[in-house]
Amino acid sequence: MNHDRYPDSYIANILHSVKSIAMIGASAKDVRPSYIAMKYLLAKGYEVIPVNPGQAGKEILGQLVYAKLSDIPKPVDMVDVFRGSDALPSIVDDVLALDPRPQVLWAQLTVRNDAAAEKAEAAGLKVVMNRCPKIEYGRHSGEIGWNGVNSRIISARKPVLQRGYQALGIRARPQ
Amino acid sequence: MSNSEPGFSTLAIHAGAQPDPTTGARATPIYQTTSFVFEDTDHAASLFGLKAFGNIYTRIMNPTQAVLEERIAALEGGTAALATGSGHGAQLLVFHTIMQPGDNFIAANKLYGGSINQFGHAFKSFDWHVRWCDPSDLDSVESQIDDRTRAIFIESLANPGGTFVDIKAFADIAHKHGIPLIVDNTMASPYLVRPIEHGADLVVHSLTKFIGGHGNSMGGVIVDGGTFDWTASGNYPMLSEPRPEYGGIVLHETFGNFAFAIACRVLGLRDFGPAISPFNAFLILTGVETLPLRMQRHCDNTLEVASWIKNHDKVAWVSYSGLEDDDNHALMKAYSPKGAGAVFTFGLKGGYEAGVKFVEALEIFSHLANIGDTRSLVIHPASTTHRQLSPEQQVAAGAGSDVVRLSIGIEDVADIIGDLSQALDKA
Repeated sequence: MNHDRYPDSYIANILHSVKSIAMIGASAKDVRPSYIAMKYLLAKGYEVIPVNPGQAGKEILGQLVYAKLSDIPKPVDMVDVFRGSDALPSIVDDVLALDPRPQVLWAQLTVRNDAAAEKAEAAGLKVVMNRCPKIEYGRHSGEIGWNGVNSRIISARKPVLQRGYQALGIRARPQ
Repeated sequence: MSNSEPGFSTLAIHAGAQPDPTTGARATPIYQTTSFVFEDTDHAASLFGLKAFGNIYTRIMNPTQAVLEERIAALEGGTAALATGSGHGAQLLVFHTIMQPGDNFIAANKLYGGSINQFGHAFKSFDWHVRWCDPSDLDSVESQIDDRTRAIFIESLANPGGTFVDIKAFADIAHKHGIPLIVDNTMASPYLVRPIEHGADLVVHSLTKFIGGHGNSMGGVIVDGGTFDWTASGNYPMLSEPRPEYGGIVLHETFGNFAFAIACRVLGLRDFGPAISPFNAFLILTGVETLPLRMQRHCDNTLEVASWIKNHDKVAWVSYSGLEDDDNHALMKAYSPKGAGAVFTFGLKGGYEAGVKFVEALEIFSHLANIGDTRSLVIHPASTTHRQLSPEQQVAAGAGSDVVRLSIGIEDVADIIGDLSQALDKA
């Protein structure tokens, strides 16, 4: 995978197929980017499981926090990383040790480590780096346009309405 | 849509717009409402805390405005945009986001007269200080940069003289000093020039001109190029520091490469209030769909008119970079090969008095203070748009007392030349 630019269908397929997300580095502070992304993804119907050793045993946004990935007592579809790029290799090792393995490794804005990504991809995982799932969901649903952001997606298809006011779902179908 | 990049004309029609999901309306509706109902208190809190995308209050955002914003961002190749009530409003929000009291910025002395006033007078009240440079003398730019300089501001195609500026040279100087380049792209429009491709970090427009194009609606826009690192220097605390207005959120960290546009909205538009009306946003959106067609016709008509008027007995000089012997022609070919825009200046051998007679004898041309209308327009800058400048500033800006400015419309060019001809006969 070219990690400079992802095809829209690649991202849309991931956002469609994933149901549960382990979020490494989830913060309990409500102005941190991880908290904001977690709140958004929960509102969109994803199960988000926070991983943060400093908060283990407590709750963030009503979700029980685990100290490490291997503590989570059920399979997850995706691991979303809010840590520095240099932490990615050891996180990949932790992810690959899970059984069953997640299908997707996602690293947040500014987080990129090509060697770690290569290792995860060699093991069959899909990898996304230097992106935010909240922003990508906003692009693919059209919601992000409400705040003047260029979604770079043109479509004459009907937007997908979700429950409640001002809530759109992912439009592109998986391929 | 495939993953190939859509062309400019496709973006001009489609970017940002989608069918209305409840009614199927295909044109973008005019959301003429002040406010938007929250699903519940948690949804309201998410919107106010920048944790969800969506609309709160039309002073800050509106769905019709949002389509316009995404459209212009796409046309300029930017990451995001913010529409405002006017181009001046856009500039206020840009500098409010960049400047602290005591800071300065470098600006070209060849600018729209209203910008020269805003920078030179109104901004002083905020303790923001402009330093004028000659855009054809790059030494005059760099020599004025110091540790309180926060940006460089130029027009891609300068009003009123119609001269192109070497955007890349300015971008290189700005980036060498760790500051952003801001380009006013009003006169060229993104159909002719896309400044971000040449190194600009931010683009501003008066949408009132060619983008709206019909002389019916005021509007402005800020386009975020997504290229500048607002955190590296520590000189842009509105983006790099926790904001008390939002409980300590750090905008650049949270919104990445579109943080500048978000900052202008949630710290500038929200608190100063120069919002665009939904109806104006709708009219400008309708205009922008035909921007490629109109702009080419503007350029083609103007080249024909400038070529004709240059050879008229009563005309002393013409400044239009589309003419092959114009001093600015090489730069125009490099930056704007499709055409040189629709605005140019000329002087009559009879000077100011002949200019007055000429303006008053025109029939089709409208004598007014705008450019970029479908209609052909004329004005005498020294007594109007550039009136508040000193005589020296007027000459430097290309708006001396003998100068007449034309903005050529998209009427039949024979009728435009016919009107100019009869008026020159009376001058």
